Amino acid sequence: MSAILSLRDVWVEYGDRIVIEKLNLEIADRAFVSVIGPSGAGKSTFLRLILGQEAPTRGSIRLDDVPLKPECGPDRGVVFQRYSVFPHLSALRNTMLGIECAQAPFSARLFGAARRAARDEAAAMLHSVGLADSMHLYPAQMSGGMQQRLAIAQALVKRPRILLLDEPFGALDPGIRADMHTLIKSLWRDYALTIIMVTHDIREAFTLGTRVLALDKRRHDPHAPHRFGATAVYDLPLRNRIDVAADDITASDIATILEARA
Amino acid sequence: MRWVNRHVRGSDRILLGALPIAVLAIIYLVVAADRHAANPADKILPLPGTMAHSMAALIFQPDVMSGQLVFWADTLASLERLGAGLGIATLMALVVGLALGVLPPIRATFSPLVTGIAVIPPIALLPILFIALGLGQTSKIALIVIGIAPVMIRDISAHVGALPREQIIKAQTLGASSWQVMIRVALPQAMPRLLHAMRLSLGPAWVFLISAEAIASDVGLGYRIFLVRRYLSMDVILPYVAWIALLAIAMDTLLVFLSRRLFPWAHGESH
Repeated sequence: MSAILSLRDVWVEYGDRIVIEKLNLEIADRAFVSVIGPSGAGKSTFLRLILGQEAPTRGSIRLDDVPLKPECGPDRGVVFQRYSVFPHLSALRNTMLGIECAQAPFSARLFGAARRAARDEAAAMLHSVGLADSMHLYPAQMSGGMQQRLAIAQALVKRPRILLLDEPFGALDPGIRADMHTLIKSLWRDYALTIIMVTHDIREAFTLGTRVLALDKRRHDPHAPHRFGATAVYDLPLRNRIDVAADDITASDIATILEARA
Repeated sequence: MRWVNRHVRGSDRILLGALPIAVLAIIYLVVAADRHAANPADKILPLPGTMAHSMAALIFQPDVMSGQLVFWADTLASLERLGAGLGIATLMALVVGLALGVLPPIRATFSPLVTGIAVIPPIALLPILFIALGLGQTSKIALIVIGIAPVMIRDISAHVGALPREQIIKAQTLGASSWQVMIRVALPQAMPRLLHAMRLSLGPAWVFLISAEAIASDVGLGYRIFLVRRYLSMDVILPYVAWIALLAIAMDTLLVFLSRRLFPWAHGESH
């Protein structure tokens, strides 16, 4: 499997505050990378870099061997913890938006046969995330889990090269979260996705990921904590391949892996 | 039971709401009757019969000079000015507010100008408008527009600017251009707010309309009120004021109805 995303010697600085230092990373096609780390260790910055919301101060980021533009684009889909869906559109219209934007640059609306095609595609995508019965609901009428399903469907309709998940299940009940884990796992398999997921939940990181990336500061100056940035302190490839069921990984496995690396 | 927990049911609410209005009406009638007992020709607090009689003349009998039904001509002229002013201001709020809210370079360029215009008391500009645009329809409509548009623009641009950043990012990852973000993400979410801004602007719009009509006009609700003031015709002024209040309430109700009808998603979960 070849690398689709590569970060070379990436630094992010705000004034004299260093957030990320010397980050080198290759992310393989069809990987499911979980990113963990303490608060303030640059997880969100890392995600914003890949999303194109900000540019690195130094270093280069290449997607499919092309330098990444510091702007969001349809090749990278995203699901945030909240506010990822549009409250003024029904589930179906939310999902159709990506298709409409691409095909109708001026009106961003489709008519006739093109509209029917877009609707069928969106409906199929909603079906595959389990929202087939809720196509005409507005987000305010949906539960948190349903909204996240919708946000995923909305992103997948664009067939992104990379799907970025920013603590996507952090606000959900444990039961719903387990359902969402099953869903994202099967979508990852069925649509041959490359996923980068930022999470606070270490268990989630290990059960879902094929690779776990821990961001933290290697060095710490107690008098000037902002002078050292975070980088990948652990980079653990897991045996969590497509053919291995996620539930096989247990807490003792995680402990073994961590001990072996430490 | 604490008063904060005493919720009033539908029919009781209408009854309670009508109570203060009825009390005021009764107080008026008692005082007016009292004055008329002392002086049957009293003009300050006319009795309902006198008001009905004077208004009937304005509503049903054509004016000898112009041949028009005065009351309806006034209403039509005022609503025309108010409608044009409110319409232009709303359109400006939508276009300018949206551009200011979504596009940072536009915001940096024009928001100081909008703020500057917004802090000028519009009535102070009235002489300029009369000089520049004449005493006709244009200057009255322009006064309403200048009076309410800047506030509406700032409201819409602030509302659009406060949309969650995640939504704008998400739209871009779905391939939306700046234009598409504006028309598919920002515009629809600005619409309920726009109707709300119109409701809030109705009050000031009426103030500017009546002011402009009072100073230079030959027809209109404000013109009539200030004209008959010379004859102490409270029997015309009071019904006219009540009529203005009724029109304002009707417009407000219409806007609420439209907002609920057109943008159910903006009014909570129950739709």
